[in-house]
Amino acid sequence: MKHALVSLTFLLVSHMAHADQIAVVGGTVHTLGADGVIENGVVLISDGKVESVTADGTVPDGYRVIEADGKVVTPGLMDAWSQLGLEEVELSGGINDASTSESDFGPSIDVSYALNPDSSIIPVTRIEGVTRAVAAPLRTDQLFAGQGAVIQLGNTEPFLVKPRAFMFAEMHEFAGWSLGGSRAALWARFENDLREARRTAAGRFAASHVEHFLPLVDREALGPVVAGDMLLIIRVNRLADIRQVIALSEREPELRLAILDGREAWRAAEALAEADIPVILYPFTNLPGSFDSLGATQANAARLHEAGVRIAITTGLSSESTRNARLITQLAGNAVANGLPWEAALAAVTSVPATIFGVDDRYGTLEPGKEADLVIWSGDPFEVMSAPEHVIIQGQGVPLVSRQTKLRDRYLGLDPDNRTFHYKR
Amino acid sequence: MISRTVTTAFLCGLAVLVLAACGEEPGGDKAGKDGSAKEQKPLVTVDPNPFPSTYVPLASTTTLIENATILDGIGGLIENGSVLLQDGKVEAVGEAISAPDGARVIDGTGKWVTPGIIDNHSHLGVYPAPNVGAHQEGNEMTAANTAQVWAEHSVWPQDPGFHRALAGGVTTLQILPGSANLFGGRSVTVKNVPGRTIQEMKFPGAPYGLKMACGENPKRVYGEKGGPATRMGNVAGYRQAWADAQAYKQSWEEYASQHEKGEDPKPPKRDLKMDTLVGALAGDILVHMHCYRSDDMATMLDVMKEFDYKIGTFHHAVESYKIADQLAEADVCSAMWADWWGFKMEAYDGIRENIPFVHAAGACAIVHSDSSIGGQRLNQEAAKALFDGNAVGLGISKAEAWTWLSYNPARSMGVEEETGSLEVGKAADVVLWDGDPFSVYTRAEKVFIDGAQLYDRLDPEGWPISDFELGQVGEGDDK
Repeated sequence: MKHALVSLTFLLVSHMAHADQIAVVGGTVHTLGADGVIENGVVLISDGKVESVTADGTVPDGYRVIEADGKVVTPGLMDAWSQLGLEEVELSGGINDASTSESDFGPSIDVSYALNPDSSIIPVTRIEGVTRAVAAPLRTDQLFAGQGAVIQLGNTEPFLVKPRAFMFAEMHEFAGWSLGGSRAALWARFENDLREARRTAAGRFAASHVEHFLPLVDREALGPVVAGDMLLIIRVNRLADIRQVIALSEREPELRLAILDGREAWRAAEALAEADIPVILYPFTNLPGSFDSLGATQANAARLHEAGVRIAITTGLSSESTRNARLITQLAGNAVANGLPWEAALAAVTSVPATIFGVDDRYGTLEPGKEADLVIWSGDPFEVMSAPEHVIIQGQGVPLVSRQTKLRDRYLGLDPDNRTFHYKR
Repeated sequence: MISRTVTTAFLCGLAVLVLAACGEEPGGDKAGKDGSAKEQKPLVTVDPNPFPSTYVPLASTTTLIENATILDGIGGLIENGSVLLQDGKVEAVGEAISAPDGARVIDGTGKWVTPGIIDNHSHLGVYPAPNVGAHQEGNEMTAANTAQVWAEHSVWPQDPGFHRALAGGVTTLQILPGSANLFGGRSVTVKNVPGRTIQEMKFPGAPYGLKMACGENPKRVYGEKGGPATRMGNVAGYRQAWADAQAYKQSWEEYASQHEKGEDPKPPKRDLKMDTLVGALAGDILVHMHCYRSDDMATMLDVMKEFDYKIGTFHHAVESYKIADQLAEADVCSAMWADWWGFKMEAYDGIRENIPFVHAAGACAIVHSDSSIGGQRLNQEAAKALFDGNAVGLGISKAEAWTWLSYNPARSMGVEEETGSLEVGKAADVVLWDGDPFSVYTRAEKVFIDGAQLYDRLDPEGWPISDFELGQVGEGDDK
């Protein structure tokens, strides 16, 4: 009952806070910006944006004060790969708009048509401090699996922050199988598709007799990729495939590339840094899941960072992707335990994915003018025994309530003889 | 629940089936009933242990770890304490212990000592890395009841996952068949040591487990292959099998009884599937049942009563928090994840407080992995559950929480007399952590199994490398 009351109070407060100006006072503020870490900081939030971040600052009248003494304040976190908003119960419960095995289309598949802000996974995720995510197509039986988006997990509109943020291509062992079982064939198709996109953009498929593989919408969808206006994320793991991506970047310098997974990326760290190809990785991977990942190690993140490669950490390549995007803090903590500097780990779940996906103009740091996604943590956010105490998304406090906390509160101390528990919300 | 008793009973076989192997041959030289000298055929018995353990502990040195924070695995914490490991056993635990002559002394200042982690839900070796088609060894998806298969016949001892788990402080594992079937087959309990063969890893005397599965998996796999296609079909499947097993058990009992009277009965035909089920009915084989929903679990508690067997542990058990009182009453353990949920409908009601809720109700709570990745950091899984439980006021200590990782899983596997806690005389299955194991930054520094140091994080040259990884990219790397 007590917890229900607390939740209810919070709900009321946060509703009242809708138009609030908020001051977060007294915490250790990790700005991820030029000001670095500010002790005893004062973060002022108004109109959904960060107004200022100062040390020992004063709070003007009219601001709702959130005390953060002894707490850690960070930007809201971003999971750089997930199917949030696209999946509900992945296996047997319906709603999986991230995968298709029947579509004739590939590059033109656009997840922004399929996003559902009412997914119960969204509150489960945000109350753990994750406020932004990439919503990515998972598998579409095509080399180019489609276009993904960036979403925000608050109650504010719109849910969709950046549609068509990137194109996704799979160039690893299993992708090869779906297109005939050879990476040699995969790359031939890849080159073909890029050329068809260029010719379409140049108007050279106007004559209907000119042969092409791709439907018109797919050729058009690849247009921004070949023009260098759209990020192309390529999933590869083994060193040889990573080298092919680096070679691609040299061959086609206008392409904006990032590597997803990259389990052996550390073996090409210098070259990736040189080519400025960022890597989005799952830091727990340390088993040779296939012959593509014999070199997998939890030191991948640290070694890439050491060489100057930009890295983003994601839960999205694990069996626990999407519904447990909230575990990104534990992943970051383990990356630190395996040699990644703490601040680099925080950047890998905030500012770095913001820059990779091109939303850094509004999110990723606590700097004036940025949208106010901010989390106040009970302690070190990467610790397994800490948790958010306040979550603010786009300037609005989010109640720390989800379907799961309601189930918890219903069953906490439930009297077995209480047959009216279904009447309690 | 006393494992030595179970073990003895087990080694002597499936209760009544193997009287001959364990005692005198009853009636072996009695005359025939007509008084003639016709010689009675010997009693046919079932060898309960045709794949015996050949485990031998590795060489160990008498080792004293001192000045450490010690969690004894049964709810106790000793600040600034010492543990003495001698002859493969825990020789002493306390505040101040002097090192015997010649003992290795490890300064544990700032470090923690715990019993080795016991993962009672592992598929290492049956779903090994690399995860290629040729390695899919965990689910005999050919019939809804495959109680006749034994996981140990699938385990590949060269799975690199064993060494990863070792680096995470895991000293003992139960390797289970998968959950595709109503009856998936027998589990095997292993010590996490290098072995050329599975027999060299087998935990001596550990009882077998029987893997069963509730809910979605069997009906998904068999729904279009002759059934079951529904939960009610599942339950009918368990009940018919138990009824068949009772009849099989009776046929062997009758055979033994007639033989004892000096008759020459024809022995029943061996049925490997029924052998396993009869072992479970007798309590020699411990039942491990994959079950998510509280209503499924409650149904199985009734089936258990109907056929007079014991479910030792519900695995996954994401809704145990809804019926924790009933699980405590029935004395059935729940082996759980800290926070996995929602990947299928029967996992949709998962909450982060499941483990501490079960603990707080006085039921047996276990942190399990079901994952070659998650099994590398079960201490972190316990830490998350502990934090979440205490955030809603359950007031559980770290020392109590460690029971989820060692003593309770040992109990669920019937090896709690041998391992699972730092008590004098138990196996020296011990982890030295480089800090508080409830921190994300803490690593297992040294891991001992039966007193032998199998892993030392500070000695990269001494890290184990499986045959598969030898001569490959990444050999001997910091994994």
